[in-house]
Amino acid sequence: MATYLSEEKIKTLEKKARDIRETIIRMLVSAGSGHTAGPLGMTDVFTTLYFHTLNHNPENPDWKDRDRLVLSNGHIVPVQYATMAHAGYFPIEECLTLRKFSSRLQGHPEREKLPGLETTSGPLGSGLSQASGMAYGAKMDGKKFRVYCLMSDAEQQAGNIWEAAMFAGANKLGNLIGIIDRNNIQINGMTEDIMPLEPLRKKYEAFGWHIIDVDGHNMEEIADACEKARAIYEKPTLIIAHTIPGKGIPEIEFDFTWHGKPPNSKEAEAFIKDIRSMRGAVSCGDTD
Amino acid sequence: MLNKDTHLNPHIFSDDIERAPTRDGFGRGAVEAGKENENVVVVCADLADSTRAQWFKDEFPKRYIEIGVAEQNLATVASGLSAVGKIPFITSYAAFNPGRNYEQIRTTIALNNRPVKVCGMHAGVSVGPDGATHQMLEDIGLMRMLPHMVVVVPADAEEARKATFEASKNDRPTYLRFGREKTPTMTTAETPFEIGKAYYMWSDPNKTPDATIIGIGSLLYGALEAAHTLSKEGIAVDVINSHTVKPLDVETIVEAGKRSGAIVTVEEHQAHGGFGSLVAETMATHHPLPIEMVAVQDKFGQSGSPEELLKHYQLDKDAIVSAVRKVVKRK
Repeated sequence: MATYLSEEKIKTLEKKARDIRETIIRMLVSAGSGHTAGPLGMTDVFTTLYFHTLNHNPENPDWKDRDRLVLSNGHIVPVQYATMAHAGYFPIEECLTLRKFSSRLQGHPEREKLPGLETTSGPLGSGLSQASGMAYGAKMDGKKFRVYCLMSDAEQQAGNIWEAAMFAGANKLGNLIGIIDRNNIQINGMTEDIMPLEPLRKKYEAFGWHIIDVDGHNMEEIADACEKARAIYEKPTLIIAHTIPGKGIPEIEFDFTWHGKPPNSKEAEAFIKDIRSMRGAVSCGDTD
Repeated sequence: MLNKDTHLNPHIFSDDIERAPTRDGFGRGAVEAGKENENVVVVCADLADSTRAQWFKDEFPKRYIEIGVAEQNLATVASGLSAVGKIPFITSYAAFNPGRNYEQIRTTIALNNRPVKVCGMHAGVSVGPDGATHQMLEDIGLMRMLPHMVVVVPADAEEARKATFEASKNDRPTYLRFGREKTPTMTTAETPFEIGKAYYMWSDPNKTPDATIIGIGSLLYGALEAAHTLSKEGIAVDVINSHTVKPLDVETIVEAGKRSGAIVTVEEHQAHGGFGSLVAETMATHHPLPIEMVAVQDKFGQSGSPEELLKHYQLDKDAIVSAVRKVVKRK
């Protein structure tokens, strides 16, 4: 794969991702509820987007020509909050107000509460349609910004997703990039046991999408895939990011029971040590 | 007598009164809104002709967006369009929009506070032969419960035109309810229309009314006929068009209730959770009094002609006359 990020930039991003993971653990402990595995698994994707790929301005979150990031699976929002805080949208200390009364950081993201959020989400399956509407509107007006929609793999079980996939394919929304967190877990178990998604790539291809599989912990691959998507004018692009849920903490990795619970403070101490000892990106197996 | 200040159709009780479906008013209003503001778009779920979305498509083909039979996508794509500055009118039958896509409307339009205009067509039993699946009777309840949502039920095609045009400018999530059948055009271009402002269609300034009929939608014609009939018997009623269900014009309605001491509500919707319930909630708080609800009483619809169904479900003029007599006795 072509080198697009310099070694030095990758090191900076990896350091940033470790800091963000640490913030995620701290905010979940403080909240006493929330999702752990998903946010940790998507930290490398969020870091790459906010610190490299996205055309955005934390000083001016309503800038009309910004790239849009639609988080469809709102339950992993701690990773978005933590990344936004580290990117300068709001003070990092505010992360500790997650899920607390009167906080701007609602348990599931609420657009009007926090500048920089593009939508309100939580109920699964609706983000890709909203992103498609944004991309369609941008095309109508000849706007150059791009729309990124982050989704979970399990929400591909929702019908609304396929209505959106059909619409985006039919309208050749080349300014739309879907990113699926393919971590293979959902609340009740493994996705392929609960309601199989595979062959996911072929399904989206059949709906008229261009597909790129990446290691969701390899920032070079993530950045490269987003860059390649720019060159695909005639189709929306789907990036299937193969991730390890709970990435960075061996005790959580691939354990679906960590989907929807936070660590306690004693566990958190050990987990933060794990995160601090993370070295570079670890490639995970491609399930396709 | 007809309230002269509101410039209603002077031939209102003539047999050849002009009739048009309220969905026609939507079609005309959407074109007018489209001419006024280039950000207005109409989004359609495979029902262009019957929802009159086609009229907008004919005028502005590039601003007409086809979704296909996918009402969840209809609502959520529109939320995205509004996020980038468009003013989408989303059109389908009320049974599906908001019937099928309620959660999407709740989360991505109401809670998200996006100015999408949800247009529920073919509402009520008067859609007729299609039967219960297509006769939406719960939409007003669903939509009036949502914070941020404005809910408007136009009384005729002319009011529907105005409501559609005004909704394009209110910058709020809005539900507009329309019917399929031709109904009498009671209002004129000169009749004032303001979202949130109820008005008297019928009132005798020289008499204290025995009851107030407060209605929404095309059944208001039956309310006017009832008022006309009752006046000949010496029973004086006022008739108020409360086209905006939310925000309700509380001041006008409470004042009217205080004047007459009894209210009859009229709607083509379930009594549970609908407009009558809203008036009852409001009066219970401000000025408790006897209320009778002309509405569907916890039943689904069925196939039949609109006239047969309105009679069967006791939504016609005769039902309104009976309800007034009953409520006056309860005073």
